[in-house]
Amino acid sequence: MHQCVEIGIRSLGIVIIISVFMGAVSALQTAYQLVSPLIPLSTIAQIVRDTVILEFSPTLVCIVLAGVVGSKIAGELGNMRVSEQIDALEIMGINTKTYLILPKILAAMITIPMLVIISAVLGILGGKLASVATGIVSTSQFDKGLFQYFKPFNVLFALVKSYCFAFIISSISSFYGYYVNGGALEIGRASTKSVVVSCVLILLMDYVLSSLLL
Amino acid sequence: MIEVKDLKKGFDGKPVINGVSAIFQTGKCNLIIGSSGSGKTVLMKCLVGLFEPDSGDISYGGKDFTSMNEEDRKILRQQIGMLFQGSALFDSMTVEQNIMFPLDMFTDDSFTNKLSRVNEVLDRVNLKEVNNKFPAEISGGMKKRVGIARAIVLNPRYLFCDEPNSGLDPQTSILIDKLIKEITTEYNITTVVNTHDMNSVMETGDHIIYMYDGLKEWEGSNKEIIFSKNKKLNDFIFASEFLQDAKDMRQLEMKGKIENNHNHG
Repeated sequence: MHQCVEIGIRSLGIVIIISVFMGAVSALQTAYQLVSPLIPLSTIAQIVRDTVILEFSPTLVCIVLAGVVGSKIAGELGNMRVSEQIDALEIMGINTKTYLILPKILAAMITIPMLVIISAVLGILGGKLASVATGIVSTSQFDKGLFQYFKPFNVLFALVKSYCFAFIISSISSFYGYYVNGGALEIGRASTKSVVVSCVLILLMDYVLSSLLL
Repeated sequence: MIEVKDLKKGFDGKPVINGVSAIFQTGKCNLIIGSSGSGKTVLMKCLVGLFEPDSGDISYGGKDFTSMNEEDRKILRQQIGMLFQGSALFDSMTVEQNIMFPLDMFTDDSFTNKLSRVNEVLDRVNLKEVNNKFPAEISGGMKKRVGIARAIVLNPRYLFCDEPNSGLDPQTSILIDKLIKEITTEYNITTVVNTHDMNSVMETGDHIIYMYDGLKEWEGSNKEIIFSKNKKLNDFIFASEFLQDAKDMRQLEMKGKIENNHNHG
């Protein structure tokens, strides 16, 4: 529960901010590109919905979370390693990997998909707000487009991605943090490395899942 | 009693401990001394199982630790308490939670019983009104005492202290030494202390092992160390002029005592 709060609740602020702006920008840029009078304006909502659900929310949010959560996990475990707190646990006969890493992975697998769902909802809302506020489309046109050709599989796909990304973020950062050797400088390096490796693996996994499932 | 037989440990092909054998007696303060890089920390980490030795045997009360399976090691480790150089207190927990942690993990006692045990050990290490403080809010000496309290909360049979005096002022160092010595005698436990502190060597060293270049160079007590002719040991222990003078004075004092005993006898 403590880890769920640390990973989930503490990341909520940044997720809300990036999701709303991501949806808003996506709506404005889609409207800018749709210049043909043959394409109905409600298509903007359809495109915003699908881009947010399929790509922006799971991938972009998880890349941001790789920075926020990943560096936190690597830093916390690295500090525990350097200050001999992990050794102290081991001497007590505690399985440190199970005690320290497993709750973090489980908490990430529970909270990150939830954050992705929240992000998708907020992203679409952000798109609607921006479109309506700038007068590109009316509320009814946006709502119409939002429910047009909706595929529930897209939500499932976003969830599959978020589970995979949650595992990547938590396990990679735990690995780099747990095996830190040295001092404060090495903790910083481990945090940076964990973020970089997580981001690259998220992008690779994104490609693999897209080519396999779509 | 802990027995070490022909222990060897190296890293990347470079030997750090090169066949050390020793016996750490129960109810005594066993000190491992030596300059940096002599292998004393590696020896201690092998003793507690943080490093696996390349060869050799370690036995606790006759039970072979090196060939023990993980389950048996887990049981034995509940009888081991360790004070780390930097205290290794859990940052996110208060002093009370830190000390209660081993009780939470390995006992089914009620919270009231556990709290009473925590207060008992805190009282034993002369700490009061720190239960709800975080490690960052207490001094270095207090952290060491909390570390000792956590190490003894499960009534261990073996106590390991890695540089218990590092970073402490001389007065606090003496207090910590006295505390370790008293706890060793009071609970009749096997204490192994890894130290650089010459005051600790002279005051608490019931049994001293001097490590040099991965080997046991000298072994004896704090009384014998004064009369040792081992050059490497003397160069290490009595490095400064002040310590050399202190040694000469202690030698004269002890010779005087021996002669007095002979005359009275």
